[in-house]
Amino acid sequence: MAAVTHAVPGGARRRTAQRIVGRTLLYLLAISGSAILLLPQIWMLRSSLMDINQIFIYPPTWIPKPWQFQNYPDVFDTVPFLRYFRNTMTILIPSVIGTVVTSSLAAYGFSRLRWPGRDLVFGILMTTLMLPYAVTLIPTFLVWSKLGLVNTFWPLIVPSWFGGHIFFIFLLRQFFRGIPRDLDEAALIDGANPLRILWDIVLPLSRPALISVVIFSSLSTWNDFLHPLIYLNDDRKFTLALGLAQFRGLYNSEWHLLMAASMLVVAPVLLLFVVAQRYFVEGIALTGIKG
Amino acid sequence: MAIAVRQTTGVRRATRWFSGPGQREALWGVLCVLPAILGFVLWYLGPMVASLVLAFTDYQVAGGANWVGLDNFQTMFGSDRLFVKALQVTVTYSLLSVPLRVIVAFLLAMLLNQRLRALPLFRAIFYLPSIVPLIASSVVWLWMFNPDFGLLNGFLRDLGLDKQRWTYSSDTVLPSLVLMSLWDIGPMMIIFLAGLQGVPRHLYDAVSVDGGNAWNRFLTVTVPMTTPTILFNLVLSVIAAFQTFVQAFIMTDGGPNNNSLFYGFYLYRKAFEEGDMGYASALGWVLFVIIAALSVIIFRTSNRWVYYEGGA
Repeated sequence: MAAVTHAVPGGARRRTAQRIVGRTLLYLLAISGSAILLLPQIWMLRSSLMDINQIFIYPPTWIPKPWQFQNYPDVFDTVPFLRYFRNTMTILIPSVIGTVVTSSLAAYGFSRLRWPGRDLVFGILMTTLMLPYAVTLIPTFLVWSKLGLVNTFWPLIVPSWFGGHIFFIFLLRQFFRGIPRDLDEAALIDGANPLRILWDIVLPLSRPALISVVIFSSLSTWNDFLHPLIYLNDDRKFTLALGLAQFRGLYNSEWHLLMAASMLVVAPVLLLFVVAQRYFVEGIALTGIKG
Repeated sequence: MAIAVRQTTGVRRATRWFSGPGQREALWGVLCVLPAILGFVLWYLGPMVASLVLAFTDYQVAGGANWVGLDNFQTMFGSDRLFVKALQVTVTYSLLSVPLRVIVAFLLAMLLNQRLRALPLFRAIFYLPSIVPLIASSVVWLWMFNPDFGLLNGFLRDLGLDKQRWTYSSDTVLPSLVLMSLWDIGPMMIIFLAGLQGVPRHLYDAVSVDGGNAWNRFLTVTVPMTTPTILFNLVLSVIAAFQTFVQAFIMTDGGPNNNSLFYGFYLYRKAFEEGDMGYASALGWVLFVIIAALSVIIFRTSNRWVYYEGGA
């Protein structure tokens, strides 16, 4: 008995010591993990600010000397990046609007209105999440080319007006299901127009989820490479992603310009992330919860 | 009580579908999902069927189509060395990349679940790589892999190791791309984090009361309770790995020596560089069957290792 009481303070002290060591280790891990994950981004920034002589020094150095800000204007002189930006936005804005409108309609119909076969149909649509693009890409392309719409933005915009990616419907449906039913239930029985309920009750309560959808669908258009590559072949129509790929093909070894061009494609995304970080995280987390 | 409630709503549902307000609700429901259903038919179901038909033809962009029966598949499995190569490359890459990605994402999520200070900052940094457009990350990784002036060889030099040729050598190209794939695991990590946060505290307490240590808690609570999340991430990352394309297009052009000839890239070449749409459609269907089979296998075996709370 006496031995036990004596042992307690020593054990407690040891445990505190262990805790401190453990915590320190965790922070070290988190910090070194962050450093590793940030490296490519820092490397990109660093290379984009060097001149051609300094970039080809081995072993590589970290600090540009001199700081070559001229690389950025140079990129605009070599490649019409502004036009690529405009093209990207011409695709992005109507795509995002279409995705938000049709995916929230679909999510509403799949979560808060009751009709026979609803969950079965939703299950069937969910299978597209696992469908490889390889099996749909070619016929889709052939139809657009038969319609004479290859090398226009239509093939890149129109699909968004038909529900967009099932991921967005899923995300919104998850959110809509979490909204208490009493409000719209009562309104529905009173004979209110379901679209009014969606507009007046459901959507205002779903702002975070809608913002997540706007962000993710913007990103998926901004980052998309395969579809623009297939559908756009006139470089006056190129998107930023395509423009960067073209740049990579033309200036194979001018890494300082290539990195500056990459920075220009990445920077708006980073900015969006800094401003709206929580909507990224919450949107993703929402889809991970089993529904 | 719960059963009674469910029954009444069930009866109400049944009657409402066929009478006044219920019919209206059902009608609106169908109307709301109509665009999405049309989208499914136009961009998934229709093209799938069409590409199945095309797979049995020799459809060329320049010129017409003839029915050729199983020719495309016979060529593929009989004489097309590049098809076999593409399959090898893609399977090898997936076998290396998928488990590592899942493990690293899980470990990062566990780290973030330790109630660290500045958690949102760490979470943001860990997530950040996955928002970088793949085209831009391919360009920057290619430059990091540069054998003469790249960052990674700079590190190897600091460690006193020999230079590597990374994506520029047929031996190291796939491992290099696997290394790159460990960089952008943000969404997977966030999904794991949500799963970890859903593990009830009292389970951990129970293990501690029984004298278990951190390792016991990990093995008997953390892992079993997050198996549904592991399954979800596993399936999605297998599917993604099998569709790798941009890295091959931007970084390696399928080389050196076809050692990064990813399946998606080979299909792209066949379809859009050689214009051999019939053969490419057959390639697409083979990939689809492989992915479907893998998913079925993962799901089938999942009842042995996935634990659903409530025994569902």
